[in-house]
Amino acid sequence: MKLTVEGLNSHYGPAHILFDIGFEVGEGEVVALLGRNGAGKSTTFRSIVGLVAQRSGRIMFEGKDVSAKPTHEIVREGLGYVPEERRIFTDLTVEENLEVGKQPKRPNAPYWTREKLFTLFPNLGEMKNRPGGRMSGGEQQMLTIARTLMGNPSLVLLDEPSEGLSPKIVEQMVDAILTMKKEGVSIVVSEQNLHFARLISDRAYIIERGRICFGGTMAELDARPDIRDAHLSL
Amino acid sequence: MAFYVVQFLTGLASAASLFLVASGLSIIFGVTRIVNFAHGAFYMIGAYIAFTLTERLSGAFGFWGSIVLAAIAVALIGVLVEMVLLRRIYHAPELFQLLATFGLTLMVEDLVVLIWGPDDLVGRRAPGFRGAIDFFGQNIPSYDLFLIVLSPVVLGILWLLFQRTRWGVLVRAATQDRDMVAALGVNQKWLFTSVFAVGVFLAALGGALQIPRDAVHHAMDLRIIVEVFVVVVIGGLGSIVGAFVAAVLVSELNAFGILIFPKISIILVFLVMAVVLIVRPWGLFGKPEAPARKTPGLTVNPWRPLTSNERLMALAALVVAATLPLFAGNYALTVGSEIAIFVIFAVSLHFLMSVGGLASFGHAAYFGLGAYGVAFLAKMAGLPMIVCLLLGPLLGCMGAAVFGFFAVQLSGVYFAMLTLAFAQIVWSIAFQWVSVTGGDNGILGVWPERWAASPSHFYWLALGVAALVTVALRAMVFSPFGYALRATRDSLLRTEAIGINAKRIQWTAFVIAGTTAGIGGALFAYLKGSVFPDNLGISLSVDALVMVLLGGVETVSGAVIGAIVYKALNIWLVSQTDLSKLVLGGFIVLIVVVFPKGIVGMLEMLAQRRRKASPPGSPLLAKPIESAE
Repeated sequence: MKLTVEGLNSHYGPAHILFDIGFEVGEGEVVALLGRNGAGKSTTFRSIVGLVAQRSGRIMFEGKDVSAKPTHEIVREGLGYVPEERRIFTDLTVEENLEVGKQPKRPNAPYWTREKLFTLFPNLGEMKNRPGGRMSGGEQQMLTIARTLMGNPSLVLLDEPSEGLSPKIVEQMVDAILTMKKEGVSIVVSEQNLHFARLISDRAYIIERGRICFGGTMAELDARPDIRDAHLSL
Repeated sequence: MAFYVVQFLTGLASAASLFLVASGLSIIFGVTRIVNFAHGAFYMIGAYIAFTLTERLSGAFGFWGSIVLAAIAVALIGVLVEMVLLRRIYHAPELFQLLATFGLTLMVEDLVVLIWGPDDLVGRRAPGFRGAIDFFGQNIPSYDLFLIVLSPVVLGILWLLFQRTRWGVLVRAATQDRDMVAALGVNQKWLFTSVFAVGVFLAALGGALQIPRDAVHHAMDLRIIVEVFVVVVIGGLGSIVGAFVAAVLVSELNAFGILIFPKISIILVFLVMAVVLIVRPWGLFGKPEAPARKTPGLTVNPWRPLTSNERLMALAALVVAATLPLFAGNYALTVGSEIAIFVIFAVSLHFLMSVGGLASFGHAAYFGLGAYGVAFLAKMAGLPMIVCLLLGPLLGCMGAAVFGFFAVQLSGVYFAMLTLAFAQIVWSIAFQWVSVTGGDNGILGVWPERWAASPSHFYWLALGVAALVTVALRAMVFSPFGYALRATRDSLLRTEAIGINAKRIQWTAFVIAGTTAGIGGALFAYLKGSVFPDNLGISLSVDALVMVLLGGVETVSGAVIGAIVYKALNIWLVSQTDLSKLVLGGFIVLIVVVFPKGIVGMLEMLAQRRRKASPPGSPLLAKPIESAE
């Protein structure tokens, strides 16, 4: 398994947010983490990369337990994270944003250069020197993904990549994610949008109020409309 | 004409050190969000070490080598400080970091005297720049010309460093979002350490370069830090270009202020700073700060009024305190009165800081205004003591009403800086308006009347007022006004959204706090029998901050304990050792690292833990508190 999460519990101050979250991602797989607003998708991702300090449980990445490591070391193992709120550096240019994400080549992961990323996201190539703050939402979303790919991750946690984007940009996003998959990047993508998830994912987990309540292939999910209707707003 | 040109050039030359130190402070603040109070101390150590090295190493190479070596040595000290001290407190509330670096400053002040002695040290002239150049009959020291050329060069180097290197890109990224930088695989710890090292290097270089111009002495840290705060605020926190422009502006204001407005030369700079902050709160070259992400659950224990048992205990403590005159001598009673007065002062700042979330760096202004109010009424109008005590604090009230109106338009660090500027303005007026305030000589002979003259009577008076003030402010915390004020502290936008006039609430709180401080000042004038500009000074403002933080910012009445412990310790140390600052500074640093919640906060935490075995995950112990989504 590429990534195995077991018994993950997280707290914000006195509030218990995640309850025994567990899921797996296979080599080269695209797995969707589905759930409504506030279900715990983002917290799950933040916990995996160590941005939530109060967490317990086991996080095995490529056979190594990374749960005790600080954020930057987890990321340097090849576990990339694309946050939901984009969080690009608004004062930095596109090129400089990419520079921040740059990490050395990794033997077991595809190697991304600026040029390769500019073919994946042609819009970015046309605005290399534009400050991040003067880009549209869609362009910023592409920049966050490109920035994480500069770290040559073998697995990427993608937090709601389609959120707030126009249908045309969403199409581009689907293409980009499928290209990443083809290159050999494993992906966990959190989504509220089942249609989007279906276009890219092999399997899906559903999270509700901090607990995983379903796990299976997309076909298995389609066979259970009751679960779909109970836990996902369509 | 030539004279003015020379004056202008002198100003430019003084701007060099100011710019170096200010840019260092700005860089450190940008990334670590720490307002490094110890920056002046690093500047001073730089000067001292450079002095020693230049005395030992001869020749031109020896001199310039010493300057650079000194800066590097101090940068290494900075790295040590960052790794041992600051790394532990990055997640603490920002004022704690200020407190820790202030403690450090205190320690350094005693250490340099211990190592280099108390006398001013006059350093060597710079080889190759000993002479002066004749400019239409006026002399310009050639070293000044060197400094004038140096600062734009340093500006250029820094610009290249930040714009053209990977390190610079990472630093600029971390200035905006440090968690995101970590989430991209960058080791924040080393990034912070390196930034701190660069900042400290610049400060020390600024100090080392001063030695051919100025004597090295053990008070140069406070003098520069105040000016540097002003520069950084005018230029915009985090902007290096801003630091450069503002350093020149401030230095020229100093150079020409003395010629053109000799009467108000000291306050000129602070007036400009206040105007800049009001018109452009983020400074000339700064950027408006995005509303800070609030950390929810900052106060893990919700505030509650005292239970009846606790009330009885507080009353019992007060009764015990009131019995002091039965067994203590006059000296102890005078100390007791002073402590009681500082309880009033600390409680008033605590109200503004903890309840209102507005950390004032110039609270002594209102304390001192109260004291001057009393002195004017007693000496000039010859009013009876009780009338003076009632009316004197009104001067503090008026000052707070005027300054507070402007100050509450800002928040966070900028609020702190503006309050500092206002306090400095008041101090300068007291210092320079000799005909009314007596200037440095102060106003003497403000003695209490017979009914309050004996130490025990005065002690009871001070104790009684302190108790009244504490109870009144505490009651206010749990009144509708207190709820509204706490709401503005927790979320200004949401408060406005539910129809509360947040600015007016904050302004009211500012006036209440200022008036209360004035009451303390009024009593203080009678206790000392005199009033001096020091009663409005920065060090007194800092004392108050320390007392509040020591007691615990997140507590309802921690300031009472903080004031008692700090003041008692302070007075006792001064009587016991010549190194009181070293011990006190060390104590403050220790408190910040070991008991970040303050004394009372720590006691509350212990009590809480005893009441129930810690819940799973023990949220109280977790240091960093994330923003919930």
